[in-house]
Amino acid sequence: MAERIEKVQKALIRKGFKEVYARQWRQSVILEGEMDDWKQIVKAGKAAAKFGYKGVVNEIKLKGYTAPPLKVPGVKDGAVEGNRPDVMIIGGGVIGCAIARELTKYNLTILLADKESDVAMHASSRNDGMIHPGIASHAGTLRGEMNVKGNAMYTQLCKELDIPFKRYGNLILYSDHVFGVAAEPVLAERARKLGIEGGKITREYLHQIEPNITDKALGAFIYPSSGVLSPYKLTVALAENAVENGAEVSLNTVVTGMELDDNEICKVFTNRGTVYPRLVINAAGTFADKIAEMAGDKFFSIHPRKGELVILDKKKGPLVTRSMGLVGLDQAFADTKGGGVMRTIDGNVLVGPDAYEIPEREDFSTHRDHIDAICEKHLPLIKGFSKSDVITYFAGVRAPTYEEEFIIERSDYVPNLVHAAGIQSPGLASAPAIAERITEITVNALKPYVDIHKNPKFNPYRRRVPHMAALSFEEKQKVIKENPDYGVIICRCEEISKGEIIDAIHSPIPATSIDALKRRVRPGMGRCQGGFCSPLVTKIICDETGMTPDMVTKSGGNSQLVLEKTHKGGDGK
Amino acid sequence: MMHYDVCVLGGGPAGLAAAVSAADNGAKTLIIEREAKLGGILKQCIHDGFGIVRFGERLTGPEYAGRFIKEMVKRDIDYITNAFATDAKRLPDGIFSFEVQSAQGVLNITSNAVVLACGCRERTSRQVFIHGDRPAGIFNAGTAQYFVNILGYMPTKRCVILGSGDIGMIMARRLTLEGAEVEGVYEIKDTPAGLARNVAQCLDDYNIPLHLSTTVTRVIGEKRVEAVEVAQVDEKMEPVAGTERIIPCDALILSVGLIPENEIAEKLGVELDPATKGAYVDQKLMTSVPGVFSCGNALHVNDLVDYVSQSGDIAGKFAAKYKPEKRYRVKIEYPKKEFSYVVPQYYDLMEQGEVTLYFRVRRDCSDKTVFIDNDGKTVKKKKYQRMLPSEMETLTVKPENGRFGEISLRME
Repeated sequence: MAERIEKVQKALIRKGFKEVYARQWRQSVILEGEMDDWKQIVKAGKAAAKFGYKGVVNEIKLKGYTAPPLKVPGVKDGAVEGNRPDVMIIGGGVIGCAIARELTKYNLTILLADKESDVAMHASSRNDGMIHPGIASHAGTLRGEMNVKGNAMYTQLCKELDIPFKRYGNLILYSDHVFGVAAEPVLAERARKLGIEGGKITREYLHQIEPNITDKALGAFIYPSSGVLSPYKLTVALAENAVENGAEVSLNTVVTGMELDDNEICKVFTNRGTVYPRLVINAAGTFADKIAEMAGDKFFSIHPRKGELVILDKKKGPLVTRSMGLVGLDQAFADTKGGGVMRTIDGNVLVGPDAYEIPEREDFSTHRDHIDAICEKHLPLIKGFSKSDVITYFAGVRAPTYEEEFIIERSDYVPNLVHAAGIQSPGLASAPAIAERITEITVNALKPYVDIHKNPKFNPYRRRVPHMAALSFEEKQKVIKENPDYGVIICRCEEISKGEIIDAIHSPIPATSIDALKRRVRPGMGRCQGGFCSPLVTKIICDETGMTPDMVTKSGGNSQLVLEKTHKGGDGK
Repeated sequence: MMHYDVCVLGGGPAGLAAAVSAADNGAKTLIIEREAKLGGILKQCIHDGFGIVRFGERLTGPEYAGRFIKEMVKRDIDYITNAFATDAKRLPDGIFSFEVQSAQGVLNITSNAVVLACGCRERTSRQVFIHGDRPAGIFNAGTAQYFVNILGYMPTKRCVILGSGDIGMIMARRLTLEGAEVEGVYEIKDTPAGLARNVAQCLDDYNIPLHLSTTVTRVIGEKRVEAVEVAQVDEKMEPVAGTERIIPCDALILSVGLIPENEIAEKLGVELDPATKGAYVDQKLMTSVPGVFSCGNALHVNDLVDYVSQSGDIAGKFAAKYKPEKRYRVKIEYPKKEFSYVVPQYYDLMEQGEVTLYFRVRRDCSDKTVFIDNDGKTVKKKKYQRMLPSEMETLTVKPENGRFGEISLRME
């Protein structure tokens, strides 16, 4: 044992990390020290990950840097005080929500807590919505296994949840014949081992199926199982269906600490009261290591990896069908796939993401140099794209471990803690498979204490509401006749009706902020970015909930749109 | 199924004028309006200054719209509100067919001619590449205006305004009158983007500073805007390092340009001019698609509503008279170095008749004469003491002696 840690230390010194100290803790290696460059800190962590430890816990401090405080909700009450669920899920991203829904297939009481004002507020709404085919993962990894399994589950899942899903396919493009030749056996072997359909196609065929593609593309590998969906609509739908099947979702609820008794979590403290769960599932995204730490089980570290993404006007959607990226030789073995362009499920074009390491876990700001670089790199992929097509851009933060691998397991030391951690790309594609695996682990862990059987009332089908833009002429007539609100278009760019907005306001997880409504029905997501509809949406929220306009927020907390009445007031009572 | 001679899409100042004009020329006319009430953006423009050219009076926006609505009602012109054209097609026989979604159901409406009067939308913070955080408190000036003037709620107590477009300056004054502090108006260009009268009446009179060659480089704020960073820009409009300044405020209001709305035009296959982002039209304001006419801010962004109505008059009249006939359109030429655009872009030799030219100069210039030549012979010239890119100019010429041939503009 001592030998291995010495090897780590020597390797670190050899790589120039002279101020870093490695020590072993349980099956993990802990790095300590102080450095003045975050990139170097991450590199040290990566270097230490090559020695077969269960995890790297990187405690190296960045000189002169204080991490910004955790962004916490303003609420303080007893909403969940005394709650004794069988399972408490921490984190309302796609993973937490998928797990919540999967668990409702059993006779278990479930409480899902998220510190934000809605589900899908972090990485789950800040990604490209691609259901990867799995070809980017190595065979024999959890990432590869979960991706391929999860991908296959989506056709049925999206049918049950009533969200649009398309298998447009994915293209790995190359502009260098050497790559085409060198990568072919590697990708073919990987595809065979993981069970992915697809392979090399000729330049002629490529240009035939994607006629607007750059002439630089000399060929491609195609993977038809690759899909696309709206990641936030999916997360919301999973959460809604979980609630319909009996799960409880508590938003604005931040876990502040835990109390352990005989190595088991007995209390979970939150700003809304103390919860006494039988079992805790850690699906806390970029904060998963912090949650593990509260339970005394921090055997890994999350190193936030940010990405920025660009959205183009729907008018350019028809120019491209499949998701695609031009891969160079240098990128073939990188941690990320390098981004590209793709048509989103809503018909826009998404460009990016890029990837860079930052110490902040919830910094969603965008930067001119990054957005410019993304545009410069990827817009030339398709003839007809230009920077003037950009309607918006955003950023998300991935939650990788130093092992760059998913952690889907019951804690080795805390028997009533289950981790769904380190879920980075392809986390969205893997979500249904991860949920299934975590549920299996959870059910087994609880068996000795709970008489577990299937929930006979479980209904996999989420409530059905009309999506006006997708209906036929006759269907629209029928729906509007029953409820004229479905005839009144509020968001002119996305053609969203008043009726659809009202549905979302009164849904199982009520959407009463501008952004929460965007995540459900998309008013304000089009080319005018809410310029016309945001006051109208505000008015509808007020009419439906009894709020006044100054109470309506963009995204919860103190994000009010308007502050006080004008001297004379107006239509917004 | 409802059939009309002329279908007008949009019930703002352009559409109202077009409908009245179409009806006066004998057409059975319908206005389709996507909002709950007629009047377009004028509904929220409670300041005055509308109608000086057309009526010789200073009206408020609602008063100006009211005059047209009255004319419309007098003529018993049909209109539907809260009605949104989700689809538009030109059928093989040349008839136009619209699918219009409304609270009454999806209506199938057909017409012989169409007037596109859909107005324009505001360019957003993302379309001018503002970076940093994305909190609440970033508004387009028009959106802020709706909140203040229609809903009666203030979106700010202390704000920074980016862009010196007319709505931005008008909102600077409006917010000041309502007790908010406007820290300043910042303009990336070295000249104001809006009318000189608005600089005087909306900024100078209220001691609101206008910072030229300065832009907002970053927004700071977690839930609500807490501050913005501004920086001076060089000749290439790139921020100059070291000139950054952080200004605490609770809102950033943008007036950074307007974009004609031509989504329906595109569905109908209308060709658009990259210079105006509106349709290519001839003197009748007919687009590349026979029977489709365009006017108002959907055609090009006007500076005064009076000109919007004027173009509505023309489009409505010719839409009413429209018959599928052969056209012979010649391009109206102009030096791109001096003019940023000229509308109409074509002249239909088969139609003849007068042509009203709307144009903007590319840069600030003084003591210049604009010439309009017909087949190389000057048919009109006008001397201008000063012309600004922010102010649209208009000239009407008639083919007095004979007919028009090739028309061109030049400046000396």
